[in-house]
Amino acid sequence: MSPVSKSAAAIAAARAEGRPALICYLPAGFPDVQGTIDAAVAMAENGADIIEVGIPYSDPVMDGSVIQAATVQSLAQGFKVAQVFDIVKGITERCDATVMIMTYWNPVLRMGVDEFSRRLAEAGGAGLITPDLVPDEAAEWFEASDKYGLDRVFLVAPSSTEARMKATVDASRGFVYCVSVMGVTGARAEVSDAAAAVVAAAHAAGAENACVGLGVSQRKHVEEIGAYSDGVIVGTALVAALRDGGVDAVAKLTAELSGRAVNA
Amino acid sequence: MNPMTGDPDQGESKPASEPSHSLRHAAGPYFGDYGGRWMPESLIAAMDELNETFEAAKADPEFIAQVKDLNKNYSGRPSLLTEAKRFSEAAGGVRVFLKREDLNHTGSHKINNVLGQALLAKRMGKTRIIAETGAGQHGVASATAAALMGLECVVYMGAEDTRRQALNVARMQLLGATVIPVTAGSQTLKDAINEALRDWVANVGTTHYLLGTAAGGHPFPAMVRYFHEVIGEEAREQIIAQAGRLPDAVAACIGGGSNAIGIFHGFLDDAEVELYGFEAGGDGIDTPRHAATITLGKPGVLHGAKSYLMQDDDGQTIESHSISAGLDYPGVGPEHAYLADIGRVHYEPITDTEAMDAFSLLCRTEGIIPAIESSHALAGVLKIAERKIAGGAVPEETIIIANLSGRGDKDVGTAAEWFNLIDTEKDAK
Repeated sequence: MSPVSKSAAAIAAARAEGRPALICYLPAGFPDVQGTIDAAVAMAENGADIIEVGIPYSDPVMDGSVIQAATVQSLAQGFKVAQVFDIVKGITERCDATVMIMTYWNPVLRMGVDEFSRRLAEAGGAGLITPDLVPDEAAEWFEASDKYGLDRVFLVAPSSTEARMKATVDASRGFVYCVSVMGVTGARAEVSDAAAAVVAAAHAAGAENACVGLGVSQRKHVEEIGAYSDGVIVGTALVAALRDGGVDAVAKLTAELSGRAVNA
Repeated sequence: MNPMTGDPDQGESKPASEPSHSLRHAAGPYFGDYGGRWMPESLIAAMDELNETFEAAKADPEFIAQVKDLNKNYSGRPSLLTEAKRFSEAAGGVRVFLKREDLNHTGSHKINNVLGQALLAKRMGKTRIIAETGAGQHGVASATAAALMGLECVVYMGAEDTRRQALNVARMQLLGATVIPVTAGSQTLKDAINEALRDWVANVGTTHYLLGTAAGGHPFPAMVRYFHEVIGEEAREQIIAQAGRLPDAVAACIGGGSNAIGIFHGFLDDAEVELYGFEAGGDGIDTPRHAATITLGKPGVLHGAKSYLMQDDDGQTIESHSISAGLDYPGVGPEHAYLADIGRVHYEPITDTEAMDAFSLLCRTEGIIPAIESSHALAGVLKIAERKIAGGAVPEETIIIANLSGRGDKDVGTAAEWFNLIDTEKDAK
């Protein structure tokens, strides 16, 4: 992995403290643009190492009902893709957290992969997590991410073959996103046993940083997964907290996930 | 040549005869700049398994024999090619032939694809199929294939459509399928596909996603076309037998584009045969309410493939509109996008009004109630005929084939409302 990677640096810093990196997701424009920035800053102040800002999309096939409802609301309120750069800038100006964008591919394609990448880099963003882009189709993104020094985080799954695991790890920069379960986003009581196997396969394929997402919602999951992975990704539980209790609830849950006292 | 549709004695002996520049049998994953696999990694292994199974099956005489047997003895193929003489009079006297996919079991071309894919599901050892449906045609066909082959079947359908198409919901249930109303997103066909994809990700070990159109990630576009190629192969043979020559034009309606790619395929290498795809123009392409994806859309990725797409400046999918649920989809199969770009097929919009006028015309001139989808192709035939005659063609020496992709029984409610028949009845009382 490249030494210039911002997300790899954030994960390395957490590792130096003897803990897995905590990666926290929230959708752009939910509850509104300023609310996204405030919630992200609260995450950073309460132990999040990397903030993952999701771009609301009309056809989110990898998302469960909680995240779908939040992104539908954001779009209904008139969210525009270009506002995600304001959000990234707003967060990076107020805290040190590394900020990634999670996006389905068509909005990037529509803006133009190069232009999207340039604007993300200008806003201070670290890179992209791409749930429906596999390296096989990513030629334009390889070029743009190299040009602008952005991380490219691809997903690997329990169903990934050894050959695809290797190819995807090689294509990624920063970390690889290990899908813990065959399914969509959503809090689950237990994290699937499959996660450990996916992480082991990613490490065996040469991944320096293998982080686990899907179904992670509680401190005990962070501890379990942190024992064998390099980072833990939480989404739905934080979105539900933001929906039900606003920024304070997000701060509280992030602190709980990171094992700290709340910094309100 | 597709051995499934060829002469049984000659079977697979013909492939070498096709020229190297042939447009037929394009294997994917790419069709020019279109196609590919723009989808989650979680599903790639299943797509690979499907592709391998499909490729092996195509080379397996037993599989080909199974498909041919089902086509003949279950679906009722070959479907007829009917000369529509009274309809022709309304088309300025050009000779119009109808490829009668409406006469297949379950009433449309959809059965060709579901039988083939259900056989593949069995070969992969899957015990459950899932499908999306708009008005219910593909859902009914999928439920039918599942019942025939002893597979569990779950059909995703927009919640609004389950209310509008209550009879088709009941049909699927009678056939043993479970129908799940989709309340996510815009509650339309595209959201039913999203929900089916979410199900597939979670259950991919036991489940085959029986996609109903020639769209989606590889191998779906090439595979769905393969099972529909029989339409064009039969039509080509039949028109030569009945009219003594190839047609001047072939017309089909386009939603995702499965019936169209099936009939076009038979004529792709016949340069003298003009091919026309008629998209749903809804209220008109100068309004926001239409589904004219190729006419007005821009390239993008949706549901696994790069193709033309109805989208806004942010890349968000725009909701489509058509009186015909089967054409009410904001995407289109990638092979059509390619055939449009190279100019081999002409794609044009037909409005709801034009389609319903053609629907009524066929009912009254031929005694055939067409699907509203297929009525878009019939309206297109009238336009082609008018242009040909204006260009100096001799009407009775001009031959046009329309793919009558489905029967209109499912559309009687919509048509009765459109033509105010229900109100008339009340008035009479």
